[in-house]
Amino acid sequence: MTALAPGSIGLATSDAARQVARRHRVGRAGLAVFQLSTIVGIVVLGALLYNIANEAAGLVAYEHKTDPAAVLPGGRDLAALSAPELAAVLTANLSPGEVATLEREAPLAERSQAELRRLVDERVLETHAAAAWNLTDSVLDRPAIEATVAERHPDADLRLTSWLSPAFVTAPQSGDAEYAGIRTAILGSLWVIVITMAVAVPVGVAAGIYLEEYADHTRWLNRAIQTNISNLAGVPSIIYGMLGLAVFVRALEPLSSGGAFGAADPTTANGRTILSAGLTMALLILPLIIINAQEAIRAVPSSLREASFGLGATRWQTIRHHVLPGALPGILTGTILAMSRAIGETAPLIVVGMSTYITFDPSSPFDKFTTLPGQIYQWTARPQPEFHHIAAAASVVLLVLLVALNASAIYGRNRAQVRY
Amino acid sequence: MTVTTTRLRGVEAAPEADTVPLGRRRRWREDAVEAVLFAAGFVSILTTGAIVVVLGKDALHFFRNPDVSLVDFLTGTVWQPQLGKFGLLPLLNATLMVSGIAMVVALPIGLSIAVYLSEYATPAVRNRLKPTLEILAGVPTVIYGYFALTFVTPILRWALGARTVDIYNVLSAGLVVGILVIPLVASMSEDALQAVPRALREAAYGLGATRLETSLQVVVPSALSGIAAAFMLAMSRAIGETMVVAIAAGAGPRLTANPLRSAETMTGYISRISGGDLSYNSVDYDSIFAIGLALFVITLGLNILSGRIVRRFREVYE
Amino acid sequence: MTVALEAGPRARTARNGANPPMGGDNVLEARALHVYYGAFRAIENVTLPIARNRITAFIGPSGCGKSTMLRAFNRMNDLVPTARVEGDIVYRGQSIYAPGVDPVEVRRHIGMVFQKPNPFPKSIYDNVAWGARINGFRGTRRELDDLVEAALVQAALWDEVHDKLDQSGLSLSGGQQQRLCIARAIAVKPDVILMDEPCSALDPIATLRIEDLMQQLKERYTILIVTHNMQQAARASDYTAFFNMGDRRQGYLVEFGPTPELFTNPKDPRTEDYITGRFG
Ligand SMILES: Nc1ncnc2c1ncn2[C@@H]1O[C@H](COP(=O)(O)OP(=O)(O)OP(=O)(O)O)[C@@H](O)[C@H]1O
Ligand SMILES: [Mg+2]
Repeated sequence: MTALAPGSIGLATSDAARQVARRHRVGRAGLAVFQLSTIVGIVVLGALLYNIANEAAGLVAYEHKTDPAAVLPGGRDLAALSAPELAAVLTANLSPGEVATLEREAPLAERSQAELRRLVDERVLETHAAAAWNLTDSVLDRPAIEATVAERHPDADLRLTSWLSPAFVTAPQSGDAEYAGIRTAILGSLWVIVITMAVAVPVGVAAGIYLEEYADHTRWLNRAIQTNISNLAGVPSIIYGMLGLAVFVRALEPLSSGGAFGAADPTTANGRTILSAGLTMALLILPLIIINAQEAIRAVPSSLREASFGLGATRWQTIRHHVLPGALPGILTGTILAMSRAIGETAPLIVVGMSTYITFDPSSPFDKFTTLPGQIYQWTARPQPEFHHIAAAASVVLLVLLVALNASAIYGRNRAQVRY
Repeated sequence: MTVTTTRLRGVEAAPEADTVPLGRRRRWREDAVEAVLFAAGFVSILTTGAIVVVLGKDALHFFRNPDVSLVDFLTGTVWQPQLGKFGLLPLLNATLMVSGIAMVVALPIGLSIAVYLSEYATPAVRNRLKPTLEILAGVPTVIYGYFALTFVTPILRWALGARTVDIYNVLSAGLVVGILVIPLVASMSEDALQAVPRALREAAYGLGATRLETSLQVVVPSALSGIAAAFMLAMSRAIGETMVVAIAAGAGPRLTANPLRSAETMTGYISRISGGDLSYNSVDYDSIFAIGLALFVITLGLNILSGRIVRRFREVYE
Repeated sequence: MTVALEAGPRARTARNGANPPMGGDNVLEARALHVYYGAFRAIENVTLPIARNRITAFIGPSGCGKSTMLRAFNRMNDLVPTARVEGDIVYRGQSIYAPGVDPVEVRRHIGMVFQKPNPFPKSIYDNVAWGARINGFRGTRRELDDLVEAALVQAALWDEVHDKLDQSGLSLSGGQQQRLCIARAIAVKPDVILMDEPCSALDPIATLRIEDLMQQLKERYTILIVTHNMQQAARASDYTAFFNMGDRRQGYLVEFGPTPELFTNPKDPRTEDYITGRFG
């Protein structure tokens, strides 16, 4: 047996030194792998954002059914015309009935130049995108694109276009990608989210309070509720959609369609309404809100509760005056995060029965609806490439909205922490 | 025993000594509040109950149909409702292929990120990276679907040839679902790594181990069960993911082992069928509930297993 | 302007000298009390009278159950789900653990001050007023102002805070916070005040102020105080109870008596060891 004398694994021997050097090299290689993986994550996020931005703008070859030279005064370019000139073009070229309808919506004389230009494009020139390119190709390959357009669409105008525009945000849904907008989708999302939050926040916070402040966790029912909530948080969202379909849309149709209140939408009068969607989504985010509320409540130091109880406060007085105010910032943050989750969800609403084509603004909980992510899905699912461009434009809107929400939540979380 | 009592302004008279009323006041408000709060907690039980009943009832309806048998459902290799063929395997196979590919992507990358964040990154780096991961986790799945179809698929078709790769294909969906669950794997694994006591790391360093050796041979093995739990939860998430597969994996069930072909998953099928104009008394309607039930059972099983592992694991160190 | 803040059931004019503890003038009495956390018995068979308008100190090694014992006197242990009590505590002739007794009502009469100052994250004024409000204070704003002032005066804090009542209670120094907590406890007009190491987070000067305060307060209130500080117990208390820990970590009462007697002439050798620092 070798005695382990000091120095027997001495660092002086060149063998050992070489070995240590090798181990350090391996270590550096390992670190490189970890860093690479992290970079992959960042690159992917970058690629995702790049892809959307890339598709949301680019060169578009526009063809007109009516030759602009024939209708526009002096053969000038559309963009160069003033608002009154454009209004004149509209009155001259549309039927009196059409003009009257437009005047009734908003007097032509009061409309902006951009709006009138869009109307002339849509109604008079009947402009359509014959082909569209993404931003990268448009910038790097412009000569080739111009050649293609000259060959295949000799009459087309080639214009660098942003699919995302004020008009895109404010226009209702349309069958033409060039004129479609996300107004109805945004309003639908808004309606759904209001109902969702109105239901999920009070119920979720109440459940969180119950579990943290009242429930005796030695009782099986309370333990069952707790376990159940964490399991519900992992149920795929599409299953919630099926729950909503079977319960809110089908079983509770008289209520969810508004029929029971005489408020049903006569065009459908079924349960595939904003109300059903909102309730479904509320069930979906309920576990998130509960778990988060519990964490926020748990973070309130128990010394505050003791102080309150020590003064002879009841449980509810203690909660109402000390626990909830202390937990509020955390609850708010979690609520915002849950809300952004609900805004981005699509699958359950497909199952509940989002409408594919809605051109009117939803105006009651019993209306048919579509939502922003639902609209993105429907446009993405279409084969025509123009629709992919507007899906990208809508994605930009959705992402901006969600990032703003999340950022405010994270900012709020870091700022509003109560110090005790 | 007599005690003088003084009436204090605004406060009820102090009680006579030795007869201080300590009796329970009727605090109906307290009781009502507790009842309401309990009811809110009970909503979660009702939700689970409703899920089970809804899926179970319509699935039962489905299996009562003379064209359908449970055995065929579980072992049949063709899903063609028009022909009365209801074999789950094509849908299940596609689901497993997508989530398998997703795991191949998410596990190594997610775990590497976790090790980097937990064992290497300085606080400054961590504070930048974690929000990035949170943003990645907050991107709606429909946008990931769009990414798969308009970015990943074209790259795959350019790299492998447009003829070998379908426009809608399992590989693209799987890769993107993998990306989608990276934040989940990374953050759960990081939690597991962070829970490993410092003493263990210090013991390893004390023996002259390098940081990599400490990380991979001491810390990761100690956190293995937490990592396994993360993996299972991610798997469950991938199996239940709908939008990416609905957009990028293709419509139409197909039993294939080739990830470059299109194949519809369970969730993809449910969303396609229910997205159309579905009549309540059709086999189609019932069939999505049978598939939904299968999906529910699989994901719930994984979630419960994951929860068990996490709980057992906690006990070890706390 | 100054409202005399009287203790709830007002004390009989104190006789000179210490009351004999087992005499008739006890506000509170623990009788064969056992306290459990789950299966663990933290307090074993303690019988202990608490004399009215006196300061009774609990001393003993860490973990022997002093806090547990103290919290048994106003049912604060009810808030620990696993805690359970056997035996009884009698407050003015009534068992506070009897079935019909409302713990909220008990705590109205038997208030508490904690080891770490724990003011609410509210203004100084609201810290003091809150307890009165929730306990059904029906007076005018003016009367509430008077009550707050009286409580702060009694807690010897008024001079320091009278011009900043709307500032957060958390803006005060540790010693001031602790006196604020005492004012807060006083404002609900308790009969007994339990103090769990109220000075352990304070510096010596703040500690002395609280000790002085206790001497004033005992005119009106009965005070129980847990302390680790032997000098404090000797200086400030009228009676002292020495607790120790048994071989199963259960706490039990070793010796109880008038403070001067217990410190100068302990009957039990363990008490002597402890107070002379030869313990352990
Ligand atoms: N909430 C609890 N659950 C379970 N055991 C507890 C709880 N609180 C205290 N204990 C145990 O009861 C025993 C007595 O604790 P207690 O806090 O009463 O001691 P103490 O004498 O006040 O100690 P210290 O001087 O350190 O404050 C200890 O063994 C402690 O571990
Ligand atoms: Mg203590």
